[in-house]
Amino acid sequence: MAKLNFEVEELTGEIKIPAINPGATAHVKPNPSKDEHNTALGFPGGLVENWEAKAVEKMGELLGKYKSLRVFMDSCVRCGSCTDKCHYFIGTGDPNNMPVARQELMRKVYRRNFNPGGKLLGALAGAEDMSQSVMDQWNSYFHQCSQCRRCSVYCPYGIDTAEVSMAAREIMNSVGIGQKYCNEILGKVTTVGNNLGLQKAALANTLEFLEEDVEEETGHAVKFPLDVKGADVLLIAPSADFFSSPHIEGLTGYAKVFHEAGVSWTISSYASEFANFGMFIGSFDTMQTVAKRIRDAAIELGVKRIIVGECGHAWRVAYSFWHTLIGPWDFLDPKYQTPTHIAEFTLDLIQRGGLKLDKSANDERVVTFHDSCNVARASRMGDMPGGQFEIPRAVIRAVCNNFVEMDENTIREFTYCCGGGGGLLTDELMEIRVKGVSPRAQALHEVMERKGVNTMAAICAICKAQFTKVLPEYGFDMEVVASLHQLVSDAIILGGKPGV
Amino acid sequence: MSIELNGVTYETDEDGYLVNVDQWNKDVAVVLAKDEGVEMSDNHWEVVDFLREYYEEYKIAPMIRILTKAIGKKLGKEKGNTKYLYELYPGGPAKQACKIAGLPKPTGCV
Repeated sequence: MAKLNFEVEELTGEIKIPAINPGATAHVKPNPSKDEHNTALGFPGGLVENWEAKAVEKMGELLGKYKSLRVFMDSCVRCGSCTDKCHYFIGTGDPNNMPVARQELMRKVYRRNFNPGGKLLGALAGAEDMSQSVMDQWNSYFHQCSQCRRCSVYCPYGIDTAEVSMAAREIMNSVGIGQKYCNEILGKVTTVGNNLGLQKAALANTLEFLEEDVEEETGHAVKFPLDVKGADVLLIAPSADFFSSPHIEGLTGYAKVFHEAGVSWTISSYASEFANFGMFIGSFDTMQTVAKRIRDAAIELGVKRIIVGECGHAWRVAYSFWHTLIGPWDFLDPKYQTPTHIAEFTLDLIQRGGLKLDKSANDERVVTFHDSCNVARASRMGDMPGGQFEIPRAVIRAVCNNFVEMDENTIREFTYCCGGGGGLLTDELMEIRVKGVSPRAQALHEVMERKGVNTMAAICAICKAQFTKVLPEYGFDMEVVASLHQLVSDAIILGGKPGV
Repeated sequence: MSIELNGVTYETDEDGYLVNVDQWNKDVAVVLAKDEGVEMSDNHWEVVDFLREYYEEYKIAPMIRILTKAIGKKLGKEKGNTKYLYELYPGGPAKQACKIAGLPKPTGCV
């Protein structure tokens, strides 16, 4: 990687509110998508004629479709609660990264076109026409929002900036302004079946490699089955689990859990992706197209249930939207809840005595847990409130002897984003990614110094990829980042139980 | 964007990856490496050669562990790990080494 041309904050263990630095990251913008990336998703290839009016027209359509958006546009009282809650503001000092100001970029156009005061009084009422300069701000700052919803936790009205940024991106796409990273990837997942563009032969080769590797290491023939008709379980994992580290170690953990449980399972080459970037660009139709491959694969393979791997935003899509997008689940066994998270499956198995574990295998680790934003604030897990926080922690406690929490203002519903979510995990946005991780980096540093933490587990492919890439810029070893099921994998004694 | 070398134009994308994977040769690889601050040694070439072989067959870069294992076999077991690959390619084997090998940039959560 080229050397960074900006300064990286020093690690002190303290999250400091920065001095205001107007325009500090105005220059950070995503690469524009190519025409063919846009048209493949049904968006115009290039900038449409009369785009200003068309953008406003699209905004009107969304305001009608999503009542929440209109409420968010109308209800802000500028109390200031959100101003210092965004990791991108904390990392950059750019006032446009205050959630209220980010929303204001849309709200000023909303006022001009949909609010009587703004229509009448214009700038006096804080209203502004859509223009090239407004669109430039949108393209910058709605791509400096990872849609993590931390600000919404502190907003007394519950205004959700994630939804505003999704709407902004939908409007941009509708006039032909696409973001390359998301749109190119969505093109791949809707044709090849995964974000990586990993074709069936390559996937098969990867899984065969893992089978040999695990057998070599453990002496147990743990399978990584592909396209097995009639299997009980369809595993839907983020495709990073087939490619990067520490993701692969997580996938290995899932396979060992299934092996010990004695269940028949399969991966699908057709639906080899859990991630669904349709959500990041605010496109219901794209999100549905991507999700539908999973339904189709489950029917085709004749499975009884769907279990999903470690992927944060996709868990939101699955938990909160799948029923609407691709339900009903009448072809699955009603005995099981759909979707089931792999952490739920593993914990249930542990609690029923179905896994033999040697916690001491993880004794060289002192583990902390990073709550991924979409899991923490946009979904739940299991059958109790807060299950999304307790289940992964219960798994960690069952497989590790040393677990400590980071500062309470940085975990659970108050967790900080990794800085790479929401479709920002791309090199041209590196400045915002490195700066945006700073609150998490400080909180991690603090427990490393004070409590000897050397491992931070996560249950999101984006978090893992982002952390291994940007934490080294602060001086962390990339191996500090672990998959939850990597810890499980290391503690499992294979062949220890007959399975239940 | 493009690279001019010995009278040939090599088109590159915004991030400096070759647009046409078939246009790659060792001379342009050296230029791509220099741009990344990487001086190519024999061990660097082993990684690049393996990436190109794998790509030829599977149309994608290999999973990191397939790469580390292959390098371990060629260069010795103590070098068959991610750490060594990052020593060779500090920008990451998936992105930096792929770029120098003329492969498309891996996309997704990587």
